[in-house]
Amino acid sequence: MDSDDSKRLLELLSARRAELIAQWEQTVAASLHGRLSTVELGRELSELYDAITEALAAGGLAGRGPEYGVVRSLLVELSRNRARQGFTPTETAVSVFSLKEVLESLLGGSVEEIRAYLQFSHLLDDLGLFTVEEYARTREEIISAQSQQLLELSTPVVKLWDGVVGVPLVGTLDSARTQVVMEKLLQALLDSNSTHAIIDITGVPAVDTQVAQHLLKTVVAARMMGAECVISGIRPQIAQTIVGLGIEFGDIPTKATLADALRHALVEIDKAASTRAAGLL
Amino acid sequence: MRDYPADEASREEVPIQASGDVVKARQTVRLLAQQAGLSLVNQTKLVTAASELGRNTLIYGGGGTVEAVVVRDVARVGVWVRFADAGPGIPDMELALTDGWTSGSGMGLGLSGARRLVDEFELDSTPGVGTTVTVLKWAR
Repeated sequence: MDSDDSKRLLELLSARRAELIAQWEQTVAASLHGRLSTVELGRELSELYDAITEALAAGGLAGRGPEYGVVRSLLVELSRNRARQGFTPTETAVSVFSLKEVLESLLGGSVEEIRAYLQFSHLLDDLGLFTVEEYARTREEIISAQSQQLLELSTPVVKLWDGVVGVPLVGTLDSARTQVVMEKLLQALLDSNSTHAIIDITGVPAVDTQVAQHLLKTVVAARMMGAECVISGIRPQIAQTIVGLGIEFGDIPTKATLADALRHALVEIDKAASTRAAGLL
Repeated sequence: MRDYPADEASREEVPIQASGDVVKARQTVRLLAQQAGLSLVNQTKLVTAASELGRNTLIYGGGGTVEAVVVRDVARVGVWVRFADAGPGIPDMELALTDGWTSGSGMGLGLSGARRLVDEFELDSTPGVGTTVTVLKWAR
């Protein structure tokens, strides 16, 4: 590393600070199409600019070196914000890369200046890549948080009536989710002292043999606990597909709508109650 | 199965390595089925068949690829899907296509059921080399 180069750069950057920041801000703002307020952008960029100048003064041109700790943490913050606000990786990285463009227009023709510029541009490349990496990491965090939330969202067991619980299933049923559904349903049957459960598959886009097998196992398990299950939400296309596949639900009652299933469950409960009144219990 | 002229722009290929890929393959097939104008019932049938066959590719074939494309005949449009793996192969194809028979822990309806859900079905398997299942569903 030529210390003359970084000194020259430093001079250029400090002498024309205001001008350079203003131009930088303009270039970045143009690429973001005004989706970020100029005040916020100005603050971000001038902080970054000062941090880079300081790091240069400390004598480094290696973007991953210790002098650039502050710069990197600012970039982490910047790329996180961009990722959360839904900007693309390009729109995020351009905040760094466009400083090159700005500097380029101020270049004189001397060999030293161009050499210094090239060094600086290597540095910015490195910082830009760092920004993209951070951006990707943030997106991954968001995705994994969302999938966790989905798993929680996906399996509510609701009480529909005295003695009737319902499980509205939405989305793809894999083994892990069915396991969760089954456990929750069986526990809910016990906790609410219910004798009927309605599994609604309106929100399940396709019922294949795996889904059917999972459903059948859930019903058998519920029966072992003395509860009857009704499967509802069988739409015409699902009914035809199940028949085509050759799956048989046996004596498990199935209904087109949740309302039908609830009526069926209530009738059953009513029947049981009327025989009880006349009998021993 | 005859070779039908394919709509190359619509060709999609999905590698099957994990159960999440089966979902992806299913979505790809559904998209093509909508593009080809299949009715909701036929879409669901094809997607369900793709789900069965994709899972077979994963579980019994140890992973592979799904290739799907919109094809055209004289006066009709359809979706062609091929599932290929380099797994152990099927020693007895007639047995494998029997309702209720399974070498694993499923219901034994996947392969035979998928055949009933589509319009054209072709099973090629060589023990030790791999298995290819090709299906076609027409819009009508």
